[in-house]
Amino acid sequence: MQDASIPRQPEAGLARRNFFVVAIYGIWGLIAAALSVPAFVYLFFPPKVRRESEWVEAGDTASLAANQPVEMVFRRNRVDGWKVVSEKDTAWVVKHADGSVTAFGPQCTHLGCAYHWEEGKNEFVCPCHNSAFNADGQVVGGPAPRPLDRYDIRIQGDKLLLGSLRRSSGGPA
Amino acid sequence: VSRRWEGFAAWLDHRTGLQTAVRSFLYEEIPASSGWRQVLGSVAVFLFLVQAFTGALLAFNYAPTPGDAYNSLRYILTELTGGRLMRGLHHWGASMMIVVVALHMVQVFLYGAYKKPREATWMAGVALLLLTLAYGLTGYLLPWDNRAYWGTVVSTQIAAQAPVLGPYLARLLGGGGAVGVITFARFYGLHVLLLPPATFLLISVHIYLVRKHGVAPVPGDDLLPRKQFYPAQVFRDSFAIFVAFAILFTMAAAVRVPLDQLADPSDTTFIPRPEWYFLFLFQMLKLMTGPLEALGSVVLPGLAIVALTLTPFIDRGRMVKVTRRTGAIAFVALAAIGWTGLTAAALATKPPEAPAAEIDYSAPTDWMELSPEELAGVAYFRQENCAFCHAAGEGPSKLGPDLTRVSIRKDAAWMIQHFKRPSAMRPGTSMPPIQLSDAQLNSLAAFLLKLNPQNAAALQNAPDFATRGAVIYQTGLCGSCHMVNRVGMDVGPPLNGLSKRRARSWVEQHFADPAALSPNSIMPPYRLSPKDLDNLTSYLFALPE
Repeated sequence: MQDASIPRQPEAGLARRNFFVVAIYGIWGLIAAALSVPAFVYLFFPPKVRRESEWVEAGDTASLAANQPVEMVFRRNRVDGWKVVSEKDTAWVVKHADGSVTAFGPQCTHLGCAYHWEEGKNEFVCPCHNSAFNADGQVVGGPAPRPLDRYDIRIQGDKLLLGSLRRSSGGPA
Repeated sequence: VSRRWEGFAAWLDHRTGLQTAVRSFLYEEIPASSGWRQVLGSVAVFLFLVQAFTGALLAFNYAPTPGDAYNSLRYILTELTGGRLMRGLHHWGASMMIVVVALHMVQVFLYGAYKKPREATWMAGVALLLLTLAYGLTGYLLPWDNRAYWGTVVSTQIAAQAPVLGPYLARLLGGGGAVGVITFARFYGLHVLLLPPATFLLISVHIYLVRKHGVAPVPGDDLLPRKQFYPAQVFRDSFAIFVAFAILFTMAAAVRVPLDQLADPSDTTFIPRPEWYFLFLFQMLKLMTGPLEALGSVVLPGLAIVALTLTPFIDRGRMVKVTRRTGAIAFVALAAIGWTGLTAAALATKPPEAPAAEIDYSAPTDWMELSPEELAGVAYFRQENCAFCHAAGEGPSKLGPDLTRVSIRKDAAWMIQHFKRPSAMRPGTSMPPIQLSDAQLNSLAAFLLKLNPQNAAALQNAPDFATRGAVIYQTGLCGSCHMVNRVGMDVGPPLNGLSKRRARSWVEQHFADPAALSPNSIMPPYRLSPKDLDNLTSYLFALPE
């Protein structure tokens, strides 16, 4: 629509009008991009990671007897948004015959029930569906699809330090 | 394709009237004189929409309770990508909106565009100005830092001074002068629940009235043919919006909005100052003391608002050319001079920043120079895993404040109270209490007081044997007879340079049975575990002469 106040050639009026329309779309396109890109980044990018002091002390390895798994309870800090929550966590710790130590995550790999060590059978047994694991965490019975998950461990003197829990491989995902 | 699209548009228009509505909006006829001076209203609406958008995004990561508010805002600023930009847009957008709304009002005032029949349009505009200021007032508290807290203490007390209404206002804003959870909840509720719908409603009324009466013409406009809103005027509006947005975006990206320390009601050194657009009121209050105070804080601003609202009924003359509105021009000039003068005076009298606590950056520069008590503090610092939440000097920002920052330094007594019950000294903090004895907390505080940005790394480099040795030194009360780094008593020999005087085996045997090795010694025997003995001896041997 041409500016009716100023008489002008129709072509000049059309060019002027086209410029306005292009400029309007351009400006609003730019503004929309400048607002939506940061908004997307803000909502979808994960928070910057602060992972330090991930190693927590779970207990003493000196008192462990070979192939006698012990359930160790420890507290670990978890970052939840702007908070750090201190949570109770457990691990089944086994000292093997050769003196090496393994710490298993406390959940059965079948459906996540808490399992326990049966002294008589020398097996970890899950009460939910009778999955069984040996002291190395390997499946020896029941529906469990893969060996027990293990914590990263570090030994300092007699102290057992636990890192993150690693999903074991083998079996269907 | 275009034929299909037209078909669809016609179908939709038949059902919703959308196309007709958009067309009648865009092809609205406006006076021939319309041009750049009319763009300010559109810019104000745009800025409001940006505020609504960025405000909603901030709310997705913000916990509206004291303490958590501060921590979550810190999280937005330091942890989230784009968080600082969002907060910058919201903060500077608020300031910019005040500027644009004020300029819009001045333009309308100068041209006398409020005259019959546009009185209601003007009054809706005054209400929108007040809403904009109310956003500023309520939003100021939401970061819950010291600035926010103390600024709101002052503004709620001013509200309480209002004649007749004062006590009710104080009650409504959450209590008699004390700013706490209630005030916070009310301010937040106003800021995000009540004000935005009220603003949307009033903007709709305002725009409806502008459309109903048409854009105000100037004398002579009725002789000229009218123009269409689209595209020339839409272009001008869009271009002005683009300029405003470019300035806003640049400021948000480049100018850091400070987040002060967590609100501290016990802080007696903090001098609250309002946001820049309220500074003139703040300065005016300084000029009016005693019985005049309520006049300056409530009565005069109240009268000004009433006069502003009733402007169309005070000035009822016929519409004349803007250049002949000398009275209006003089009034705006006087108001501008008054505002600028008061604001400049307020800026000029800004008190100097409270002198930063004197910190000796030169010493100590190494853990070996720490006293045993301070060094034992390093051991507790590690044992309690303080570094999980706190940075000390270098390193990435963490949940808690950086422990070398001057602004969080307090005396040892304050720190020990804070360690025992963090929330008692800093309401709303997420720090857990530290379960240590008083003597151990003393050590921790003594160490933290020695930390500064320059030496933090060096002081924390202390090897484990030294910090454990220092803990044993402390629990054994060795300092009540001996001196290390010139701290302690002068009864026994000072222990610096022990390695030069004695063999390690001699020292170890001496702990077990001092009388056997130095017959006149009054030192009691110490039964230490082999590990403790090793740590303590290694520590003492590491001491410089």
